[in-house]
Amino acid sequence: MADTMQVTPGAAGTLPVAPVKGYWHSVWGRLRRDPVAMVAGLVLLAIVLMAIFAPWLAPASPYSTSMLTRLQPIGTPGFPLGTDELGRDVLSRLIHGARLSLLIGVMPVVNAFFIGSMIGIVAGFVGGRTNTAIMRVIDVFYAFPAVLLAVALAGALGSGLVNSLFSLTVVFIPPIARVAESVTTKVRSVDYIEAARASGAGSLTIIHRHVLGNVLGPVFVYATSLISVSMILASGLSFLGLGARPPTPEWGLMLNTMRDAIYVNPWVTVLPGLMIFTVSICFNMLSDGLRSAMDVK
Amino acid sequence: MMNTANHLTDDPAVRLDPTRDRGGKAQPLLSVRGLRKHFILKRDGWGKPASRVHAVDGVDFDVHKGETLGIVGESGCGKSTTARLLMHLLAPDAGEVIFDGDPVGGLGGLSLREMRRQMQMVFQNSYSSLNPRMSVEESIAFGPQVHGLGRRESRQRARRLLDQVGLSPALFANRYPHELSGGQRQRVNIARALALEPRLLILDEAVSALDKSVEAQVLNLLVDLKREYGLTYLFISHDLNVVRYISDRVMVMYLGKVAEMGDTEALYRAPAHPYTRALMSAMPSMDPNRRTERAPLVGDPPNPIDLPPGCRFCPRCPLVVDECHRREPDLMALGDGAHSAACLRAAEVSGLDDASLATSQEESP
Repeated sequence: MADTMQVTPGAAGTLPVAPVKGYWHSVWGRLRRDPVAMVAGLVLLAIVLMAIFAPWLAPASPYSTSMLTRLQPIGTPGFPLGTDELGRDVLSRLIHGARLSLLIGVMPVVNAFFIGSMIGIVAGFVGGRTNTAIMRVIDVFYAFPAVLLAVALAGALGSGLVNSLFSLTVVFIPPIARVAESVTTKVRSVDYIEAARASGAGSLTIIHRHVLGNVLGPVFVYATSLISVSMILASGLSFLGLGARPPTPEWGLMLNTMRDAIYVNPWVTVLPGLMIFTVSICFNMLSDGLRSAMDVK
Repeated sequence: MMNTANHLTDDPAVRLDPTRDRGGKAQPLLSVRGLRKHFILKRDGWGKPASRVHAVDGVDFDVHKGETLGIVGESGCGKSTTARLLMHLLAPDAGEVIFDGDPVGGLGGLSLREMRRQMQMVFQNSYSSLNPRMSVEESIAFGPQVHGLGRRESRQRARRLLDQVGLSPALFANRYPHELSGGQRQRVNIARALALEPRLLILDEAVSALDKSVEAQVLNLLVDLKREYGLTYLFISHDLNVVRYISDRVMVMYLGKVAEMGDTEALYRAPAHPYTRALMSAMPSMDPNRRTERAPLVGDPPNPIDLPPGCRFCPRCPLVVDECHRREPDLMALGDGAHSAACLRAAEVSGLDDASLATSQEESP
């Protein structure tokens, strides 16, 4: 070795060693400095906790009806957020409804995230005709408007929770697969993939060590933005009677059953919609924050 | 086959293991024969190629053990394609690559995997050739791990290599590419290429993107590493000064073919191909009294899709004669045989000085 080069290892002992930081650590560092994303995250955390501890938080049973106290306005003693058309406590129903609404909002996106990324990564990495074949099939599904496809599928399969979860998953696979495919195609042609191949690595190793980490990040961000769409679509399905069934507390369904009372008691009727809106917008803002926090370059 | 079992051990003796050298000093480490790659641009209705780019069009050369072979040429002449073909990152259309006596690929030859352990490459773009999500140490340790070295040993090797390329492991091992400068990243790339203990290192414009002072440091590092590990380099660059500094022999490429090849000093002193001569006179002069006053070459290289018949350099050549349009010259030895050029008038050209070249350029149109 040249003399000049031996300086560096010797000097290492005296220099302060930079703290070791992982990628996700630095993402969290940047996310923490984004007030909008942090507020959105905290609101979501509160709603998730509310869903988990619903039985302990709700002041009354979400199912007990009373003909004497129907359609009470907000602020009625004993019913802080009023009652619905069967005299059930709206506050308790909103708290319990968070469980199912979050589940059918998040679950389809999680499923579609795994299935869609897998399809997209395979198509993007293999390329050529396989890519064309896979992506054309995906495009056929993509050509249907999301709402129409969800309604058609859920309608064809019959109403029920599992069917609506399934039809929403199918709705979200094409857009996620598209994003995953385009990101993979971009990553595939970058030099570090060539370098990995030049090291003698096989395709599976390259996908595992080099492609996944660089593709799943952006796809994950995109998927979080779909959660709000999923919430709204799921509520829509419930509203149409294709998802959750009465008397189950679920925000979309509550919106449906209370709509007749909108002239009598407008503010109570709006509440489930307000919850859907809040959760959707929080997911959107959080995914926006994640997008900028994950952008290292 | 060589003893692969202890090849990846970290015993320093193995690095200089004479048994890795199989054919002896006289056998070229790498022989390339008739290497060809055409990129098909369009196909007709029947799926037959309608137009194609002659990226590499029948290239022959040898790389001797322990030497540095420089490849120069302007953009698009097929330098980088040649490198990618050698690494089999692109599949060649035709041609043979023989590594120390063993044909690469095919039955009974050296497997691609084995070849890639012996031959590694450093890419031009230091940033895009490192995975942004992997720490420096992980990137270097990746190759050895792929070849079955344990996780811990790979990391130890990565740290030792970082030290070797002049980056303190304590400071750099856990950093990510975006936290490094261009020169530091290229040192990491060199360490990554060395992690498999190759015998041949292909440096594809490896220092071209660095600024001059950093470039000089990295070049010196390459010289040191070569001595230390007994490496052979294939050094691809468009920078004639850098190639002259580092190479023992130089190969000049023009439009997918070898235009001229020879010992560095002989080739720089008496270039025998008009193209080489034009390249040389395009080098900025350090002497203000010897400014370049006329463009050494005019026009673009001909379209690599529709090549002119005869010599490819015809349309731009100042010394063109009728014969050039009819016959495509092969690489012909000049004098002692170490120097060869693909030009019909090579013998005349290498005797010319710049003044006479200039006169003949005036006469030629």
